[in-house]
Amino acid sequence: MLDGTGVEAAIASCLYAVDSVHHPDVAAALAGAVNDWLSSEWLQPEPRLRGSVVVPIRIPALAVAEIDRVAGRPGFVQVLIPARTEHPLGSRLFHPLWECIERHGLVAGIHFGGSPVTPPTPTGWPSYFIEVYADMAGVFATQLTSMIVEGVFDAFPKLRVAFLESGFTWLPAHLWRMDKEWKNLRRLVPWVKRPPSEYVREHVRLAIQPLDAPPEPGPLLDVVAQLGGDHMLLYASDYPHLHAADPEPALLAHLPRALQVKVRSENARGLYRL
Amino acid sequence: MSPTMTAPAPALDAREAATPYPAVAERAAPARPAIIDCDLHNEIDSLKDLYPYLSQRWRDHLDAFGVRTPNSGYYPRFMDHREDARPPSGRSSGSDVEFTRQHFLDPYHVAYAVLQPAVLANTALDLELGAALARACNDWQVAEWLDRDERLRASIMIASEDPVAAAAEVRRCARDGRFVQVLFKGRLQEPMGRRKYWPIYEACAEEGLHVASHAFGAYGHPITGAGHASYYIEDHLSPAQSVQANITSLVMEGVFDRFGIKLISIENAFAWAPSLMWRLDAAWKLLKAEVPHVTRKPSEIVAGHVYITTQPIEEPPRPSDFSRLLDHFGAMADHLLMASDYPHWDSDNPDIVLPHTLPEELKTRIRYDNAAALYGF
Repeated sequence: MLDGTGVEAAIASCLYAVDSVHHPDVAAALAGAVNDWLSSEWLQPEPRLRGSVVVPIRIPALAVAEIDRVAGRPGFVQVLIPARTEHPLGSRLFHPLWECIERHGLVAGIHFGGSPVTPPTPTGWPSYFIEVYADMAGVFATQLTSMIVEGVFDAFPKLRVAFLESGFTWLPAHLWRMDKEWKNLRRLVPWVKRPPSEYVREHVRLAIQPLDAPPEPGPLLDVVAQLGGDHMLLYASDYPHLHAADPEPALLAHLPRALQVKVRSENARGLYRL
Repeated sequence: MSPTMTAPAPALDAREAATPYPAVAERAAPARPAIIDCDLHNEIDSLKDLYPYLSQRWRDHLDAFGVRTPNSGYYPRFMDHREDARPPSGRSSGSDVEFTRQHFLDPYHVAYAVLQPAVLANTALDLELGAALARACNDWQVAEWLDRDERLRASIMIASEDPVAAAAEVRRCARDGRFVQVLFKGRLQEPMGRRKYWPIYEACAEEGLHVASHAFGAYGHPITGAGHASYYIEDHLSPAQSVQANITSLVMEGVFDRFGIKLISIENAFAWAPSLMWRLDAAWKLLKAEVPHVTRKPSEIVAGHVYITTQPIEEPPRPSDFSRLLDHFGAMADHLLMASDYPHWDSDNPDIVLPHTLPEELKTRIRYDNAAALYGF
């Protein structure tokens, strides 16, 4: 993969579901073992690779301790956080985690999946995986709402967030709705000083795979324009997982050349300080 | 909010400034186009409004125990209903048909309005009580709303978590043609397509009734797929995600093609729909082996069976993005229905809710024609 496609740098996300372990010490030990293994067996032998710190997300204090332990090692650029958490990520429970990630200059990579004990929808457990797969966009949307209305970006103004395997065509509609809600209800969250869409465009980027795209390029280009800037999208292969669409013909081929370059490399270079 | 918590009425000028609705007395005679309002709330002032329709057993039960529901906690908010919609009697806004008529139906030239009652029948843990409340609510709707204004149609209240009793209530109410759909809340015990609820859809199919999914509700699950949120602003935003999960469930369980029913999404806004259809198609292309009973593209199923009311309408900063959004709907634009949500605080004003840049013909379809075709008005 790395040699064949001319990859300059790749950020590895090891989806090791330590958040499904209730025992906090076991979860912390497993996360630590993954990070040590990632560091010595992937990041050190392959200079093009960067790593994501796996954390025991259920107990934010343990996640902070693990980040503090490994953040200084070469190659770690991101903290991997599951999209599905037991509590929304904006909750004050998590503010020490955001402080830690910001302090170390890492990116918070919020990734598809997660294993809290609660259902993946507000209306209970669906029968099929295909529903969980499709409903995950809604989880990302509510996490975005949570982080903004809880004032995470006001409290941690240098925090950088990447949504990984979130899709992105749902975002413009959610921004319109969030901005409207903020106009009506900001008196309930007076620490949120700006329209939510401004926080998103400043702090959040989204990876392009898997592509939740319309069949025709016209609407897709409308949505890309509605994201509000050429800096919003990040290239992602999701190798070695299977997906419905190849982003090359389905998305990148339709973008203007300059935007292609940004999506392929420049946006990630800026976000991850590569 | 109880009447005793009401702030003194502000001066007329201040009230006008605070609401998009002009004061009734100053309104010109309607030169407005006729609308069909697909989300008008008929409220009870208290459960005692239903006592004439409940047996002594349930009146005693309510006096002693109230309605126990899954305890999902509270999201404190600043107001529920528009204070300008409070009747002179001091009863809750939306609880007086005569005042609703004067304040909303007449001046806004409402040709038909579909009532959405809010009673705890669907979340009552005591299922027998839930069924009794649903029945009482429906009898109350007939006597105190439908019989008192010929423009009104109603949604059948059900105790959705007891589908056998709910199906019986659907069949009982279906004899009155003014009931046009069955009301589900957005957050249920299980996703809407699960087999548990199929007896209700079977009854709807037999009786030619539609199914409505109205925002909110609570059955003990967190209001997001990532736990309990903190603030009312999150509670108010998240129905858009909940209804998408319910539509996904109805599609992937094969309910639409099996029963032929139509779903009307209410109070969930609508701009999420094109992205949902694209996402479902991408997911199905990859994972259809898991759901072999889904034999055609999810977007086709959605386009054939899902209708969406506009409130609380999304407001893109550039009006051209609203037009693009409707382009993305394609033929689904004929499934958009005007809804006011009167008398709730976040209700949309039918006069100004659709961007002025939309073609008049399209506005007419959203205001009237689409709902007239759906409901046969």
